[in-house]
Amino acid sequence: MTTDPYEEPPTPHALTVLGAGVMGVGITALALGHGLPVHLVDVDQDRLDRAGDRIDSEFRLAELMGALPAGTPLGTLVTGTSPKAAAAATAVIEAVTESAATKAAVLSEVSALVRPGTLLVTNTSSIPVDELAGAVERPEELVGTHFMNPPYLIGTAEVVRGARTGDPAMAAVRSLLGALRRRAVVVRDAPGFVTSRILHPMINDAARVVQEGTATAEDVDALMQGCLGHPTGPLRTADLIGIDNLVDSLRVMHERTGDDGCRPSELLLRLVREGRLGRKSGRGFYDYT
Amino acid sequence: MTTDSTPDTPDSPDINDLEKELLGFLEGHTGTPWDADTDLFGAGGLSSLFAMQVVVHLEKTYAIAVRGADLRLDNFRTVRRMVELVDRLRVPATGDLHG
Repeated sequence: MTTDPYEEPPTPHALTVLGAGVMGVGITALALGHGLPVHLVDVDQDRLDRAGDRIDSEFRLAELMGALPAGTPLGTLVTGTSPKAAAAATAVIEAVTESAATKAAVLSEVSALVRPGTLLVTNTSSIPVDELAGAVERPEELVGTHFMNPPYLIGTAEVVRGARTGDPAMAAVRSLLGALRRRAVVVRDAPGFVTSRILHPMINDAARVVQEGTATAEDVDALMQGCLGHPTGPLRTADLIGIDNLVDSLRVMHERTGDDGCRPSELLLRLVREGRLGRKSGRGFYDYT
Repeated sequence: MTTDSTPDTPDSPDINDLEKELLGFLEGHTGTPWDADTDLFGAGGLSSLFAMQVVVHLEKTYAIAVRGADLRLDNFRTVRRMVELVDRLRVPATGDLHG
């Protein structure tokens, strides 16, 4: 066999991940751990330089929890600042900041680089996929996913089919999630889809309860865990999501639904101003240092 | 306690101190007192992310590296098991360079 490796990828899936933030790194670790090659792209070279160490930490947690398939060699990681790598990908996963304008700009650029028929995935917690589909060259190729953090420990992913998403793209995203051993639950397009539409206003209320002095963060989580069976508690979940991302996501939903329950609470805004962004900054509702 | 199985040299701090330090660390971070034999990660227990915090804490505090087959949740289920692991890893066999 002497086929050109760029014509015929050695594995059925070769990913380009755009954005080396919390989710970009987590998705990259998930894919590498399942043997898929990943090209991780970020505009910030410093961030890319740290990505290797961050991915190693993710692997350690995955290993501790026995979350990766035994005997599967890790996929190879390449990092770079140019999205041109997407031309050789079978699928592109965009995981940049939760801002419709930023995501639209990145998706527009990458959709001009990929081979037609390449799956384009926007990983978003709240932005309607069809809003972003307007920015790409072939809207039928765009699908939404909402991976939870950390993606390799959570077996289910929310998949969002936009009004213009085509059947081949839906088949491709199912195949990709199958290779990553994630269960896909497909839902219709809407601000916040299912999980964020339900969870984020609840977290917002949990923050208001703390803000009003009704209970401490620890007690709110203890009640939600102990009485209502929430696995981690809403405020520990907020720290895991990242408070800045949570606020961005609440704003996206507030702007589009007018639901006042989605207006970010004063306490969330204050934590962001103070740089207390949750686990990723070492401190949020809780201290992780 | 099975201190008789481990030689008590001036270089290996006491197992009891290790257990006490770990219980203190857990109580400090969870706001709840724990027993050395309680399954920390069983139903209603601590999260996997906290487990990783514990691993990092042990590595930093005792200058050990938890790698390969040692890095599995079973080794961190109880304070007693963590003490065993730390005690084993901080006196590695001569010439055993890994990681």
